[in-house]
Amino acid sequence: MFSHGFMSFAAIGITVACLLIMGTFSLVAVNANQNLKDLQKENAILAFVSDDLTDEQAQALHSQLSVVDNVSDCTFVSRQQARDEYVQKYDEDDLYSDLEAGIFRNRYVLHLTDPDQMKGTIEAVRGVSGIEKVRADEDISNGFVTLRNIASVISIALITILFVVSVFIISNTIKLTTFDRRDEIAIMKMVGATNGFIRWPFVFEGLLFGFCGAAVAFGLQWLLYEAVARGIANSDTLQLVSVVPFGNIWAPVAGVFAAAGIVIGVGGSLTAIRKFLQV
Amino acid sequence: MIRFTDVIKTYDNGTEALKGISFSIEDGEFVFLVGPSGSGKSTIIKLLTGEIIPNDGRIMANGFSLSNIGEWQIPYMRRTIGTIFQDFRLIGKKTVYDNLSLAMRAVDAAPREVKNRIPYVLELVGLENKMNRYPDELSGGEQQRVAIARALVNNPATIVADEPTGNLDPGRSLEIMTLLERINALGTTVLVVTHEKELVNRLGKRIIMIDEGKVVSDGLGSYEV
Ligand SMILES: Nc1ncnc2c1ncn2[C@@H]1O[C@H](COP(=O)(O)OP(=O)(O)OP(=O)(O)O)[C@@H](O)[C@H]1O
Ligand SMILES: [Mg+2]
Repeated sequence: MFSHGFMSFAAIGITVACLLIMGTFSLVAVNANQNLKDLQKENAILAFVSDDLTDEQAQALHSQLSVVDNVSDCTFVSRQQARDEYVQKYDEDDLYSDLEAGIFRNRYVLHLTDPDQMKGTIEAVRGVSGIEKVRADEDISNGFVTLRNIASVISIALITILFVVSVFIISNTIKLTTFDRRDEIAIMKMVGATNGFIRWPFVFEGLLFGFCGAAVAFGLQWLLYEAVARGIANSDTLQLVSVVPFGNIWAPVAGVFAAAGIVIGVGGSLTAIRKFLQV
Repeated sequence: MIRFTDVIKTYDNGTEALKGISFSIEDGEFVFLVGPSGSGKSTIIKLLTGEIIPNDGRIMANGFSLSNIGEWQIPYMRRTIGTIFQDFRLIGKKTVYDNLSLAMRAVDAAPREVKNRIPYVLELVGLENKMNRYPDELSGGEQQRVAIARALVNNPATIVADEPTGNLDPGRSLEIMTLLERINALGTTVLVVTHEKELVNRLGKRIIMIDEGKVVSDGLGSYEV
């Protein structure tokens, strides 16, 4: 075990690097997604009620709108409320104090469960009779979705490449051990050792590489995350970005690191000894 | 018991090494397999150890049908056959004792069994005083006796030896053959490939002679040519 000092170091090092990069990308994605969701949540849909309906009829639409798929909540805003809000928001100089509620329309403010499906939901809301117009900042929302999707594709691609590289390096390290022990392996096979029996020590070695890598990577990831989170909190411009506390996500991160370490380690060792076990 | 029935083996490069070989060896027999260089002797040994598979015909060995054996069964079949080669194939970094214990641990023997069995087989081959030596501290004859001890250590039903005396001088060769004869007397079936005419004739055992991939004679007698 670990007889090839430098290669073992390289194998663990590359696993650490792989997991760290993978973890960093995933955590950025998690945080980005969180922030996007927050932004999208604020990004409500407005559904204007036709002026042909009386106030009572307009209010009665609530039951129909709240059962539309993907609508998480739905609030009725009357002409009067809309006017008051408007005046409060824009009337610094008392310009609009005599603004009539009549020029506003009754409306509903809708929030969505899954912002990705905004388009379909808008269609469905439009289909409710009595709703005349729907307004949503679709473009912004679509932009968020696209951005996040691109980020995901890039990180998946990167993760795949790094995974393959790690498996390759571990595999080569273990190949060195199998090469040292090729005579022994040949004898074991000759006397009737099963493949599983021969494989086990190498799988164990791979597992150990994977686990050491995962443990070191987890520690470094933690330090890095805290440092970046502190940096963001102390920065003037980035304060708006909310960072998910590491305490909330350490368990899944540890789980994923351990699992990835196992897959990389075992994958590497199995690739290394596959050839040896034929015949 | 070992039985070859119309076995044909053609290597991937087209060489017809065996062209329909049939013979059978009962439990407890001692058999020499002889024949000119390239006649197919090692091919027969490799078929027996499951290293290669025949193109046609049937091979039975100690209850396993080697012509259609499952991959997972091969290790268990190999445990019934102890193999000895011309070049000993000992692990140079391991002592005599460790070479034998590797073979036992490879088949999951209990540590106590390992401790009891190794001195016993080393005594059988006359090396009980050299179990802590390394292979390169032993003579060729002694190394081959370690290899024989290793072939015996898991108590196989059959021992197959491919030119076990090929690297030894005549005196050592006789010692090795006599040792194999003794092992046979203790109940193990022995199949020995050899070129040593004098030894074969001297021991007076059954001789299967092959030439160009075919059995040309089989029976007690002497090895001429
Ligand atoms: N792996 C292989 N690939 C192709 N041809 C082979 C292979 N092994 C052996 N042969 C050929 O098969 C024939 C039989 O070879 P084999 O090794 O069985 O002979 P042998 O009787 O053991 O000879 P020797 O007494 O020289 O050891 C020879 O013609 C040899 O060249
Ligand atoms: Mg040969």
